[in-house]
Amino acid sequence: MGESFDVAIAGGGIVGAACAEECRAAGLKVVVVEPGPVGGGATAAGMGHIVVMDDSPAQIALTRCSRDLWLARRNSLPANVEYLPCGTLWVAADQEELAEVHRKKALYDGIGVRAEVLDARSLAEAEPHLRSGLAGALLVPDDSVVYPPCAARHMLRDIEVRREAAVQLSGQGIRLRDGTFLAAGITVNATGAWAPELTPGIEVRKRKGHLAITDRYPGFVTHVLVELGYLKSAHSTTADSVAFNAQPRRTGQVLLGSSRQFGSETAAIESHMLARMLRRVREYMPEISELTAIRTWTGFRAATPDKLPLIGPVPADPRLYLATGHEGLGITTSLATGRLVADLIVGRTPVIPAEPYLPGRQAEAHHEG
Amino acid sequence: MKVSVNGREVTVAAGSMVSTAVAAAGVSLYRRSVTGEPRGPVCGMGICFECRVRIDGREHCRSCQIPCVDGMEVRTDV
Repeated sequence: MGESFDVAIAGGGIVGAACAEECRAAGLKVVVVEPGPVGGGATAAGMGHIVVMDDSPAQIALTRCSRDLWLARRNSLPANVEYLPCGTLWVAADQEELAEVHRKKALYDGIGVRAEVLDARSLAEAEPHLRSGLAGALLVPDDSVVYPPCAARHMLRDIEVRREAAVQLSGQGIRLRDGTFLAAGITVNATGAWAPELTPGIEVRKRKGHLAITDRYPGFVTHVLVELGYLKSAHSTTADSVAFNAQPRRTGQVLLGSSRQFGSETAAIESHMLARMLRRVREYMPEISELTAIRTWTGFRAATPDKLPLIGPVPADPRLYLATGHEGLGITTSLATGRLVADLIVGRTPVIPAEPYLPGRQAEAHHEG
Repeated sequence: MKVSVNGREVTVAAGSMVSTAVAAAGVSLYRRSVTGEPRGPVCGMGICFECRVRIDGREHCRSCQIPCVDGMEVRTDV
């Protein structure tokens, strides 16, 4: 017989780490199973943008709750998490997108998220390296940036981590590759885009992204810059797409994105996608061509059909929880995910209503469809 | 030919690399690491990136790989 835990979590990315931290804070005995480096998968690949998103009421609730949790702990994060309270600028290229800026501003006002509309001139002053002729932007000052792998490591500082692959998962526990069985009251699958390998049948697909980072050019950008057309890119579920995204790092480096692809399972850089992505960056910031990129890489987002993560028990096996499907928002939403998982396990009132994220919702949608 | 290193004019032979001009100016701090440690040329062949300087306003130029041009302005530790 192996050992037993209250909660056994497969996956030492930021989502698994946040679940572990919250469960431990609730007094539970926790183990995390991670064969690779902590925060070494999509957590390391991602941009680390802490952002409120407004695609749907459930997405607003989850991102806003999560951002509040990040804000509440920003002063206790270690220096290597590189917390940067830089805010987001949603950049409008034309009058149509500027109308979207005003729509977004009204929505954020209604939910108590600070936001400010910048006209073309204020935008040019705020970010002088953006091309001229842009229409304006929405500034969301309380958004921020972190370095996610160190955030995940920080969350796991007092948690037992087994450096072995999980080969079998059920509500009873986790079987490791070396044959060890970790018995658990609750098992959590937090393995991101790889979650279907351990829990077959769940609707999570790999959505590949490319990123590039420059050498240090302090002050070249001072906010996270995202084109409003980003939504068109993120919402397209068929075609490969790119969107302009530039982000300052504490080191002075500039992180550049973004691309989205379904159906590409290789981690290799695809030069046609990287080139397309960087061309898009150059359309917004022509002077980016003068900077030196020192590294490019890819990662896999865990995408779901309805763009919401899967958080909570699996209907067929209520002691098996999912915490995956966060797509491009896992760094932001890790904290509310961890809180929700712990709330559901110990029977507390959930920090936000859990229903929109429960795995069972997909089965219902299918019956209707 | 003459180049300026941190505002000081130095004379170097034609064909000299910028790293040579920096050394001729008596400067040993070419750049700083991300944690503020001093850095200077190690490999002399463009691999280590430790000798980067600003040349005519352009950041992160490998001084060991770029020949001096008359009137060039070089800044270290920027």
